[in-house]
Amino acid sequence: MQINENNVNASVEKKEWVPTIVAFCCNWCSYAGADLSGTNRLSYPANVKIIRIPCSCRLNPMFILRAFQRGADGVILCGCHPGDCHYTTGNYYARRRMTLLFSMLDYLGIEKERTRVEWVSAAEGAKFAKTMNEFAETITKLGENRRLEDLRCKSALKD
Amino acid sequence: MQISAERLTSKLKELLSSGEVARVLGWQKGEFEEDLTPAVFESVDELEKGFVFNEYCGANLSKYLIKASKGEGKIAVILKPCDNYSFVQLQKEHRINRENVYAIGLPCDGMKGIDGEKLAKCKTCKSLSEEAFSFIDCDEVLEAETPASCTSAEIDRFDEVAKLEAMTPEERYEFWQNELSRCIRCNACRNVCPACSCEKCVFDNPDLARNKAVADSFEENLFHVIRSFHVAGRCTDCGECSRVCPEHIPLHLLNRKYMKDINDLYGDFQAGADLETRAPLTDFTKEDAEPSVIYERGGNEQ
Repeated sequence: MQINENNVNASVEKKEWVPTIVAFCCNWCSYAGADLSGTNRLSYPANVKIIRIPCSCRLNPMFILRAFQRGADGVILCGCHPGDCHYTTGNYYARRRMTLLFSMLDYLGIEKERTRVEWVSAAEGAKFAKTMNEFAETITKLGENRRLEDLRCKSALKD
Repeated sequence: MQISAERLTSKLKELLSSGEVARVLGWQKGEFEEDLTPAVFESVDELEKGFVFNEYCGANLSKYLIKASKGEGKIAVILKPCDNYSFVQLQKEHRINRENVYAIGLPCDGMKGIDGEKLAKCKTCKSLSEEAFSFIDCDEVLEAETPASCTSAEIDRFDEVAKLEAMTPEERYEFWQNELSRCIRCNACRNVCPACSCEKCVFDNPDLARNKAVADSFEENLFHVIRSFHVAGRCTDCGECSRVCPEHIPLHLLNRKYMKDINDLYGDFQAGADLETRAPLTDFTKEDAEPSVIYERGGNEQ
């Protein structure tokens, strides 16, 4: 293949940045809610990556930090409404945990809008789509995650 | 000090020779006179040769009971007020064999560090700021021979936390990157912490790239965020983590932030103050604050 100016420019040209968002969704309520928003053809950004966990209580703070390390710019936890947890009390513990963890991240200077908890039930497809759209907008405004990034996890040239 | 070394040593010798205890957990001279290390003494002879008690006895002995209380016969342990809280907390978590321990409460009005200065943790001593501190669950409490040299904590222990909270996020980020970048992952804070007693620590994972030399600033952050989270609600504020850090990182500021948050959001709580209360992170109420509350609290909005 001939190397000419056009080829070289194309390979180093960067596309406009879109945030990578990781959404931890509990299997019983919010994952079903996400499914419903899909069924109803309500769109939310494709850069929201959903990770299904059995309950919001399963979310280990390590997961959130690892998500940021591996390139996430925002992390959101979606679970059943307090009182409606499929496992009765899981989301109560998750609520305490996440409040304390987010407070600590804020204390360390990490932008507090990068993390969020939202209670979405299985019937709230519209709320799920709206939440993801809002969150993606917030993160786009905040910009790329620099404070919790890990250079070893970044590829040299973004495609 | 409020108890003389002679009195304490003779008390321990008495316990050993009468057979009431088989071993004593105390302090011995380390590299230097001011650098005492915890040690187990199995006989009166060993005690006479090695046991040291002076104003450099800052080390918290309660963690060593996890292993030491498993042997045959009783072990006597000396507990300063700060160590007492750790002792009770470890009991609550069923890490200590309580019947094998003879706990001696020791009134204390402050210990010094290797530099000869009063330890930072002693400036915010909880036994002084309480109305009337009484040892919890000790088999014996020694009477102070001299009154305490100070009657109240020098500063409120959440003052430094509040100062950091009042900064902007950028200032806080700079402050913490400045501090945490010195971390060499020696794991001393984890090894000395009584709340950090997992038999298999999450940071000892052989699949991790490395658990020693730090390769990226992310790992420094990760270790401290996660470790402070794991001890949140169980940390008794004994101050050992900051005392042993070779880089003098103010780790107590991380743990005290959790304590302050727990006090503000879930009611005043002190880990190790009694044997019944549930730790805040293993408890909940239906009216707990939502995580969105942190958007309204904290430093300046940007």
